Amino acid sequence: MVGITSSGSYVPVYRLAREEIARAWKSRALGGERAVAKYDEDAVTMAACAVLDCLKDTRRIIDGLFFGSTTAPYEEKQSAAILGAMADLSREIRTADFAGSLRAGTIALAGALDAVKSGALNNALVAVSDLRMGAGKSQFEQQFGDAAAAFTIGSSDVIAAFEGSFSLSSELYDSWRPGRSAFVQSWEERFVVTEGYMNAMEKVISGIMRRYELTPKDFTTVVFYGPDKRSHGALARKLGFDLKTQVQDPFFDLIGNSGAAALPLMLVAALSEASPNDRILVANYGDGADAFILSVTDQIGHCQQKKKLQERLNNKTYIDYERYLTWRNLVPFDQPRRPELKPPAVPCLWRARRSVLALYGSKCRRCGTVQYPPQRICARCRAKDDFEDYKLSDKKGEVFTYALDSLTAAVEQPAIIAVIDFDGGGRLACEVAECEPSEIHIGMPVEMTVRKVGKTDVIQNYFWKARPVR
Amino acid sequence: MGTIRDKVAIIGMGCTKFGELWDKSVEDLIIDATYEAIEDAGIEPKDIEAAWLGTVFSGLTAISLAPALKLDYIPVTRVENMCATGTEALRAAVYAVASGACEIALAVGVEKLKDTGWTGVQPTNVVGRSTMGTTGTEIELSPPAMFALMCQRYFYRYNLDPDVGKRLLALIAVKNHLHGSMNPKAHFQNQITVEQVLRSPIISWPLGVLDCCGVSDGGAAAIVARADIAGKLRKDPIYVKSVAVTTGPRLDLMTQDYDFTHVEENVVNAKRAYAEAGIRDPRKELSVAEVHDCFTVHEMVLYQDLGWSDRERVQEDIETGTFGLKGELPVNTDGGLKCFGHPLGASGLRMQYEVYKQLQEKAGPRQVRDPRLGLIHNYGGAIWGGISSICITGNEKG
Repeated sequence: MVGITSSGSYVPVYRLAREEIARAWKSRALGGERAVAKYDEDAVTMAACAVLDCLKDTRRIIDGLFFGSTTAPYEEKQSAAILGAMADLSREIRTADFAGSLRAGTIALAGALDAVKSGALNNALVAVSDLRMGAGKSQFEQQFGDAAAAFTIGSSDVIAAFEGSFSLSSELYDSWRPGRSAFVQSWEERFVVTEGYMNAMEKVISGIMRRYELTPKDFTTVVFYGPDKRSHGALARKLGFDLKTQVQDPFFDLIGNSGAAALPLMLVAALSEASPNDRILVANYGDGADAFILSVTDQIGHCQQKKKLQERLNNKTYIDYERYLTWRNLVPFDQPRRPELKPPAVPCLWRARRSVLALYGSKCRRCGTVQYPPQRICARCRAKDDFEDYKLSDKKGEVFTYALDSLTAAVEQPAIIAVIDFDGGGRLACEVAECEPSEIHIGMPVEMTVRKVGKTDVIQNYFWKARPVR
Repeated sequence: MGTIRDKVAIIGMGCTKFGELWDKSVEDLIIDATYEAIEDAGIEPKDIEAAWLGTVFSGLTAISLAPALKLDYIPVTRVENMCATGTEALRAAVYAVASGACEIALAVGVEKLKDTGWTGVQPTNVVGRSTMGTTGTEIELSPPAMFALMCQRYFYRYNLDPDVGKRLLALIAVKNHLHGSMNPKAHFQNQITVEQVLRSPIISWPLGVLDCCGVSDGGAAAIVARADIAGKLRKDPIYVKSVAVTTGPRLDLMTQDYDFTHVEENVVNAKRAYAEAGIRDPRKELSVAEVHDCFTVHEMVLYQDLGWSDRERVQEDIETGTFGLKGELPVNTDGGLKCFGHPLGASGLRMQYEVYKQLQEKAGPRQVRDPRLGLIHNYGGAIWGGISSICITGNEKG
């Protein structure tokens, strides 16, 4: 038996109401709201959050990491390798990026399933994330949302067993984005929906049902991609699935269409509500379509320890359209006269990669003092070279003191800097994410999360920031 | 431990006006400050046997000093210790003379901050500085924000109502501006009120614009000689009683030990300086002091860290004018960093210039009564790990 063994997800806390976008453009609002990643997030940081959520409380040794996205930060430089370092995985693993398609997540999933089935890998991690942009005033701008999801695939303690699959390839221009372009392009909507989406999805879903001799009523839950609410609903009705009882909420009103991460995120949500013996149909779209059949096992209870996605979506901060423009760097704006941050010295970054990407400090073996960054000479007892590695990224802490810095080259002023004291020892001065200036206070409980830092066209640096525990 | 006490004396000092000196180059400031010191000392330029240049951003090597002054083939060194650079140059010159390696030495401090164009002081990003600095992941924190970290924690820890706290800080700014208004060389010579300070735009809460020193250009210089020949060169040499520099191991962000309400380097360094100078009760024995008031909160904490007041007394001390011109221990009588300005490399020497003039009873309207011993304090780096520099001088031997 091979299948999903755990799952995780991440949705940014920030929301842009579609009414607010429509206000800016004097256009029609599509209803609901969309999730917006902040300027210090990208597909890699969001995936890292989902991965860390997925790996929480797990003892599995991961030997493969597959990352799917249409918006990875580099054209040449593997995002999966960066994610592996952030998740503190061994270097002796197989890493791969799956790119270029909205189907990247399920293609990665299929790859992971095949690897585990063949015995090539024991525990594969699949992370999917997207941060796509629609041009101003476009439907896409309202429809898109930013999010990430992650799964582990294995053959022991499987919560949802893989029963079968069916895939189609489709060479068609419906929505696409050339490398140099920031915005997703599309052809005329009727063509896109009917000839593209509906056509391929009907074929793949009826194809898989035919192959395994199943009918719509054989599925407890149906999870499938939709570019928008109307098309999604139309497909459900056309294929005979019950929107109220069978079809997983695609989160258009709460998150938006999160591209490659959309279907995976829906699957995470479906699994968090599933019961043993449920049969789940999964179908994804993009340059063709993928369909899978999953069968929920009696191990499913363990997966549901984590807070349901729906509850976590209640944690939100609304932003206005101007803030979105600033975060996406769509309008050139004036900055305070402060020196640009220098790019990192790469050998230094390489030497310090464990303390930078996985937030490793050291713990003195003689006096037990936790210190960050790792110190060869103990800060308290002066013991030399007598310490063990001590990870801080998974520790909770609280704000010891903080400052709101207006004289900063950061995208938004004031920057929020805090000195964090970790439970169990260790201290770090860092930025605070997911927090407005009015919210921060001494004693505020925090946990750590990974974000983009610095601002350079050459190297995108990543580091940890504190965020309020909610 | 050895002592420098009464081995060296300052025989001449110079100081330019500080401010936005668009017309003055680095060379101009070096020349103006040094020649004032040379004339004050009554020596010739060729009498200078060794020189030290203190600057953080305005020169990289000795080559910045010798060509401007046309120093003829003497040893010249550039020194830097962030905001404590000026005192570092003085220390180097004092130690050289005390060692017997030379008889007369020059210390110059200079900075052209207005040439950089930045708002506020730029950070020093140098490869090899520290692991976190070179990986590009160290937090970017402006100096006001760093002192806001201290101020926030101070108010919190001591249950100080922020309105009361901000008023105390405002009194310090008002005091320094009052002193600066009597000083034609200061960058700012306007008096201000508590209300103006409280209403000034917030830079990093609770610090507003008028809680922060500005960005200035300036230069200052000192000429030192062995104590036994100093008396021959002028009738009122100013004797060095102590030169103390202390750098901590910058522990304070590595573990949870640092409390953010004091600066350990200043506490340790003050004790070291007083011991070297033979001072037992600094509040009574010091006649005048110049301290590093980059931000008002630092001056308030310095009153405590330097041993002149304590947590319980400091509010009353500030409110009753203990540290004003007519008080028990006048502090920053020339306007301090706040008013005189803070061209990093020059500041330590500018502080010494005021103490020097005070001890010689040449401070005019700012003169303190019965001057005997003066202290300068200079601090560079972060509040959780930096460099504290103190120099104590007196107008008598013994």
